[in-house]
Formats: sequence, structure tokens, C-alpha cells
Amino acid sequence: MRIEKSVIYIFLSTLFLMVAIPWAVGQLSSDIFFEWPFFFEVAIGGLLAGVMYSLVALGFVLIFKASGVFNFAQGAMVLFSALTLVGLNEIGLPMWLAIIVTLGVMLLLAIVIERVVLRSLVNQEHIILFMATIGIAYFLDGFGQTIWGSEVKILDLGIPSSPGFYFDGKILINDFDLVAALIAGILVLSLALFFQYTRIGRALRAVADDHQAALSVGIPLKHIWVIVWAVAGIVALVAGIMWGSKLGVQFSLALIALKALPVLILGGFTSVPGAIIGGLIIGAGEKLAEVFVAPLIGGGIEDWFAYMLALAFLVFRPQGLFGEKIIERV
Amino acid sequence: MLYREAGEFKATYQADQAILTIRQDRWFMWAMLVVAFLVIPLVSSEYWLGTIMLPFLILALAALGLNVLTGYAGQLSLGTGGFMATGAFAAYKLATAFPGLHIIAVILMSGTVTAGVGILFGIPSLRIKGFYLAVATLASQFFLIWMFNKFGWFTNYSSSGVISAPPMSVFGDNYVTGPYATAEAKYLFTLTLVVLFALLTKNLVRSNIGREWMAVRDMDIAAEIIGIKMLPTKLKAFAYSSFLCGIAGALWAFIYTGSVEPQAFDVNRSFQVLFMIIIGGLGSVMGAFLGAAFIVLLPIFLSNAPHWFGLNIPVDIISHIEAMVFGGLIIFFLIVEPHGLARLWQLLKEKLRLWPFPY
Amino acid sequence: MYERKLGDVVLRVEGISLSFGAMRVLNNITFDVRQGEIRSIIGPNGAGKSSMLNVINGVYHPQQGTITYRGETRDQMKVHHAAEQGIARTFQNIALFKGMSTLDNIMTGRNLKIKSNMLQQAIYWGKAQREEIEHRQKVEQIIDFLEIQAIRKTPVGKLPYGMQKRVELGRALAAEPDLLLLDEPMAGMNVEEKEDMCRFVLDINDEFGTTIVLIEHDMGVVMDISDRVVVLDYGVQLADGPPDEVRKNQAVIDAYLGVSN
Repeated sequence: MRIEKSVIYIFLSTLFLMVAIPWAVGQLSSDIFFEWPFFFEVAIGGLLAGVMYSLVALGFVLIFKASGVFNFAQGAMVLFSALTLVGLNEIGLPMWLAIIVTLGVMLLLAIVIERVVLRSLVNQEHIILFMATIGIAYFLDGFGQTIWGSEVKILDLGIPSSPGFYFDGKILINDFDLVAALIAGILVLSLALFFQYTRIGRALRAVADDHQAALSVGIPLKHIWVIVWAVAGIVALVAGIMWGSKLGVQFSLALIALKALPVLILGGFTSVPGAIIGGLIIGAGEKLAEVFVAPLIGGGIEDWFAYMLALAFLVFRPQGLFGEKIIERV
Repeated sequence: MLYREAGEFKATYQADQAILTIRQDRWFMWAMLVVAFLVIPLVSSEYWLGTIMLPFLILALAALGLNVLTGYAGQLSLGTGGFMATGAFAAYKLATAFPGLHIIAVILMSGTVTAGVGILFGIPSLRIKGFYLAVATLASQFFLIWMFNKFGWFTNYSSSGVISAPPMSVFGDNYVTGPYATAEAKYLFTLTLVVLFALLTKNLVRSNIGREWMAVRDMDIAAEIIGIKMLPTKLKAFAYSSFLCGIAGALWAFIYTGSVEPQAFDVNRSFQVLFMIIIGGLGSVMGAFLGAAFIVLLPIFLSNAPHWFGLNIPVDIISHIEAMVFGGLIIFFLIVEPHGLARLWQLLKEKLRLWPFPY
Repeated sequence: MYERKLGDVVLRVEGISLSFGAMRVLNNITFDVRQGEIRSIIGPNGAGKSSMLNVINGVYHPQQGTITYRGETRDQMKVHHAAEQGIARTFQNIALFKGMSTLDNIMTGRNLKIKSNMLQQAIYWGKAQREEIEHRQKVEQIIDFLEIQAIRKTPVGKLPYGMQKRVELGRALAAEPDLLLLDEPMAGMNVEEKEDMCRFVLDINDEFGTTIVLIEHDMGVVMDISDRVVVLDYGVQLADGPPDEVRKNQAVIDAYLGVSN
């Protein structure tokens, strides 16, 4: 994969700033406590959170790459899958069975979406498809909560959630975060390889470029879409399990999707590596800013910092770090 | 037979360029205005005027603003709520800092302030397009709401956190805000403003600037080649759109709810207004109104419908079902008529033109 | 052909070289265009003809060479500057505004001539309305000239290809250009439509004195109406001169017959 020079420059500058600014602020202000082990602790915590963002962003990228559709419903899918899983568990299914059934449900969902929504909107402009996914999001939110109820549910996976000391007891890292990051990392890696090197992956990329052209060379659009949405559903389920165990399964899970958007801008909508790196940068950046910079402005900047960061990146690279430049020919 | 253009010849370009060229259309419009200005205030209850017509009109204004930016100029924006909030808080600061200022002045000035903010957040649109721009506008949405929540200056350091709009009148004792205002006064005031801005907007979109916006939307490279400058054109779209949204926000806070709170303008509001223009029809002045009517009336219909069938469903489930119906309707509309209610209306008129003939 | 009165050189490109990354699109192209001339650029597909037009009106910026227009020499043309200086063009793959009607599309061509500001346009009564009507009259003249009255209110997305090309020509004419760049204006047309288009091009040159640079594949048309012809092949200039000379040039014949390069 060729990486442009400007991308490397931007990336290195970002790394530099992420270290330099907290350090500088720590020297200059007595409100901010800066010590290297602490810095790494925060940074690593941020990176781990970032992997989770990447996971959600990945679902977006998959669908966007394969169908050119920006799937606003990804967050709702995360919530819906988690709700279904917990719901099934609560009515008596053992966890392993519940997971399998939920996977089946997500596959069914993909089929229904393809049949009802995507097929009817073939070849419409992208903005129409985007708005259709907003409709799907609302529908899923309502549907999931009508069936399974809207109280917060606990999802217990048996992973210890207390922090463990690493690096000679100097740095505090949450065990749970580590495991989550590991699982997410494996999933992300396998998907990246899948896209790049398999026949189906190539077909997906063809479909993303041009529906009609793909159809005319015999690519079975319908099957491809079902596959992609099902895979996105699996990704949503894993994200749902991870986030759900951490925060409890509740409506705000759908809002995690909004957090994934800055990741997508930063990394580019069409790039799997972009989703990974974007997630890491946003995750680390957000945590570092919250701890080292926010106290100066009064705190609580987590709401918008990720977006501002992504916006800053866009100024230098409007298509995101790894996104495709859209070239219009006249 | 009844509705046709046959026999109507325009003798001047002026007549051809009129907003409504078919005679029956003009009658219909006048009738609507009569109903709106005279009939409705007389026959409607306070509930209708205050809880249905007011939000409808104000949101229609916001939808008009967003439609200019997204429907005509092609710049997808999810920051409408933030701009409405800006207008509301600007109006509050102005009204409290200069108590003698007339309400019209307050409203126009708060719109102008919002236009300035809109220009600022519109600058990225020069480099960024499409979905990337939409997500960038979310940055403005979140940032603005955070700012209004965080800094006490905006609420005049109110300790209770609840700030209410001061009573203001159009002239003499005709209060339109505050406890003395009647529902009729509020309604007529808002109606006048909204109709006026709808007219101004319609004029803009059929003039040169409207064509420039649509050119940028349809193919910006070609637009540049024929001499349309990207920077001023896009920024003008952001400015005018934010102007309208700011005024809508000021009206919402001052006239409808009576209080200025950021929660009323959060990201859900942005999506709500976006739905209005999608369902109503992108790139259509009428579409803003149709969409607003639809979105305002739907929840009322949905919460009352079960009663008509004798079903008693708990409130929280109703809101979930609302979400489902809502989502389903959006998808339905997009499949059946992606250009919204405005286009359905046009198709209906075209069928009427031919009636009773099939083609 | 009878002797035509051609004016001074109005456009001169010198040593133009253009590359996209490693791909060399134009290689040291030099020619000039005289006032009132009909100048054709011909060559096999992929020769760089459209790119040459794009360089002239500023869509592409050449790595080397200069463009002299109306006495001013520069390294590259800026798109907006070209429009202001009276250069208009049409495109190979139609670049119309699909969401607008024919009339509106052609009216956009007048945008540089419309002076009213936003406030005046919002009020509409008065200056803005007068301007709209004045420019509408001009546009209607163009519509008459191109014989497209019947489709003036039709959204251009619904028009057949040949009609769209006419509308695009109308939009270019609306700017009252001094230099008109036409990129394959007759592509995809039948004999009748081509004759119409030919007639329009000649009339534009005759009545308005517009200088025309034309890319076209139909050799009959090119040889018939051009004053001078430039031949490009794989970005290299093969010949430059009156049609009769170019027709006899061996390199040109080889290029068209596909003799190996």
C-alpha cells in the first residue's frame, strides 16, 4: 500500500503534538499534573478506547466501500445486536447459544434490509441512500426497544474489569480494555485482509464504485449486499458486546456511532487502515486533551473535541488520511 | 378541465417569470393566505395555535433555511440546531442588554449574528464536500451547544439555569412574548414573519444567486468555469441559511417556549429539520412547509391514533413505535418519491391539468 | 474557400507540456489562433486534445510553457480569469446543471453580467427584476438562434443527448464570448443534427465574429469549415496549417491509419 508523503508528515506531526502539548501544558500550568508514566497511562487508555472506535468505524467503512452507502444505522445496529444478545440470554439461552442466534438475527436483518430498502433504491443518488439508512436507524431503535424494553441491561462476559498494573507497577491499564482491544484488533486485521486479497473483497470494491457497471459484468449485487451488511452486522455485534459490557446495554450505545464519525473523517470513508489509525488518533487525542488540556478551559470537551480534531485534519487533507480523492473530469 | 394553462398566454417575460403563473394557482395562494391570516386565528383553539401552528411555522422557517443551504446549494448540513441556538441566545443577550430595542430589531439582529457564525462554520465547505462536510457541520453543532451550556455569560449568569424571554410587544400593548401575550398575537406575528421570509427566499432562488447555488450543487467545476466563484457563493448560502435558522431559533425561544434552553436545539433538532426537507422536497420553498407540517403533525397523530382504536398503550412504548413508524415512513417516501411531497404535489397538479383526460 | 479576413493573433500557446504523474499528456505544443478564425484541433482518441482546451481555459495547469491571451502572457490560466476575459467552452461529456431547466442553464451563462446584489434580488421589485428581464431577452435571442424554444422549460436531465449539446452551446454563447472552445460539439449526432450544429458554428463565427477553437472527429466538417488545423497524436504536435496542407501531411496520414508509432 503506497502511502503519500503528506500523510506521513501529518501523522508524524500529530504524534509530536500529542506528546508535546501535554508536556508543555504540564510545565507551564500548576493545574495540570504531568509525569511520563502518567502520560503513557492516559495515552494507552486512549489508544485502547480508540480501538473500540475503530471497530464501530469499520462497520461504516465496510458498507461504504461495498455499496457507496453511508450507513447511518450502524450505531442502531450495535444497539440492536447487543439488545438481542442480552435479551436472549435473559430468557434463558446460555451465552454461547445466544451469540450464535444473534448472529443469525443479524444475517436475517441484512437480508431484510437488502430486500426491502436497497433493492428498491438501486442506483439512486447516495444522499437518498444515506437518508434511507437514517430511516433504518430510527426503525431499528424503536423496534429493538419495543421488543426488549429500554432499561439498562448488564452484559457480563466474565472478563475482569479492574485495572492491572503493568510495566513494573508504574502504569495502570484496564484489563478489560486490553482484552477488548485485542479482540477488536484481530477482527479488524482479518477484515482488512479479507478485503484486500479475496475475490469477494474485489467484487465489493467494484460494487462501491458503480452499481450499474458491477451488474453489467455479472457481479450479483444482491448477494454482495447481503454479505456486506451481514459482516457489518457481525462487526456491530462485536462492538455491541464490547461497549455493552463496559457501559451497559442501553440507548446511548446508538450514540457511539456519532463518535465513530470523526474517526471516519480522519481516516477516510473508504479505508480500512484509515479506520484503524483514525480510531487510535481520535481515541488517544480525546483522552489526552480531556486530561491535559480541558481543565484549562473548564472541562467537558469530550463532546466536540473529536470533531474539531477531525475537522483540523480535513483542512489539510479533505478526503481524510487514506480516503480516495474524487477526481472529476470535464 | 378546471385546472389548466391552455388559453393563458404570457405577453411579457415578467408575467412568465412570476412566482405563480397559472391563474388557479394564484387563487389558491390567495385563499390560503386568507385562511391563514383570518380564518385560523378566529376558529382555532389556543391549543392549536400555541402547540401546533407555532412550532409548525417556526420549524418551517428553519426548514426553509436548511433547504436553501442543502437543497439549493447542495451543502449538506447537520448543524441547524446549533444555528438556531445561536439565534436564540443572541436574541436573549440583545433583549436583555438593550431593553428598549424593538422586537423586530432584536430578531433581525440575532439573525445577522447567526449569519456571521454561519459564515465562519461555512469556511470549511470550500475544501470539504458531501458527507465529509456533513460530519464537519456536526462539529459546529456540538461545539456551539457546549459553548452555550458552559459559559454563564450567555445566560447572564443565571443561578437557576432557567432563563425566560422578556416580555416584548410589537406596538403598544400587543405583547408577543412573555405572560401577557395572547395566542392569536403570537400566531399572527410569527405568520407574518414567516410568510415574508418565504417570499424573500422565493425571490432569491429564482434570481441569479439561486441559479448560482443550484449550479454549485449540480456541478461545481462547471460552475467555476462559467465564472461563478465558489467562495462567495457558498458563504452566501451559509449566511442566508443561518440567518433564517437564527431567526427561527429566536422565535422558538421567545415566542413558542418562552425560555432559552440549549437542549431544544441539540443534534436531534438538526436531524428533525433535515427530515423535513427530505420529506418535503429538497430544493423547494413549498417543500419546507409541507415537510414541517408532516413532521409536526405525525407525532400528534401517532399518539392519538391508538385511542381512536380503543387501544391503551403505555407512553414509552408509544415513543418507540413512533420511532419505528417514522423510520418506516422515511424509507417509504424515499422509495416512492425521493423528491418529496413537493414533487408529489406537482405531479398531482399535472394530473389535474389533464383531467378528465388520461394523458 | 474565399479569402477570409482574419485579425491579429488573439491566443498563443507556446511550449505547453502537461503531465499527470508519470503520464505525459502534452509535449511541447505551440500554435496560435487569430481573431475571427475557426481553428480546429484534431487527432486520434487520447491525443490530448481535450487536455489542450483545459489548459487554455485554466482547468489544467501545464508544467511548462506559456499562454498568451489578449497580449498577457502567463504560465497558467486561472479558470475564473478565463471566464472574465471572455473565454467560454463546451465539454465532451456534457457539463450542464442537470437539476435546472434549459432556460435556467443558459441564464447561468449570464452570471458575470448580472450586477444586482443579494438584497436587491431578495426584494426583486425594481433593479433585480429589470435585470432578469433584460438578460432573459438576451437569452431568448440565443434560444431562437439555436431553435430550442420548445424545450426551454424542460429540465435538461430529461433531454436527449443532441439537445443537451445544443443547450450547452447556448450557455457558452450567453456569456458573449470572444473566444469559444468547442469540445466535440457534433459527437453522437446524425447527419441532420451535424449539419445544424455546423450551421450554428459558422453563424456564430460570421454574425458575432467569435473566434472558435474546435475539437472534432468528423474530417469532412473539419476540412470544410476550418481556417487552420492543428494535429495532435499522443500529446505531440504533428502538423499545423491550412486544411489542404494538413490533409497531405504524411505524418498525419500515418497517425490516422495507425502506422506504428
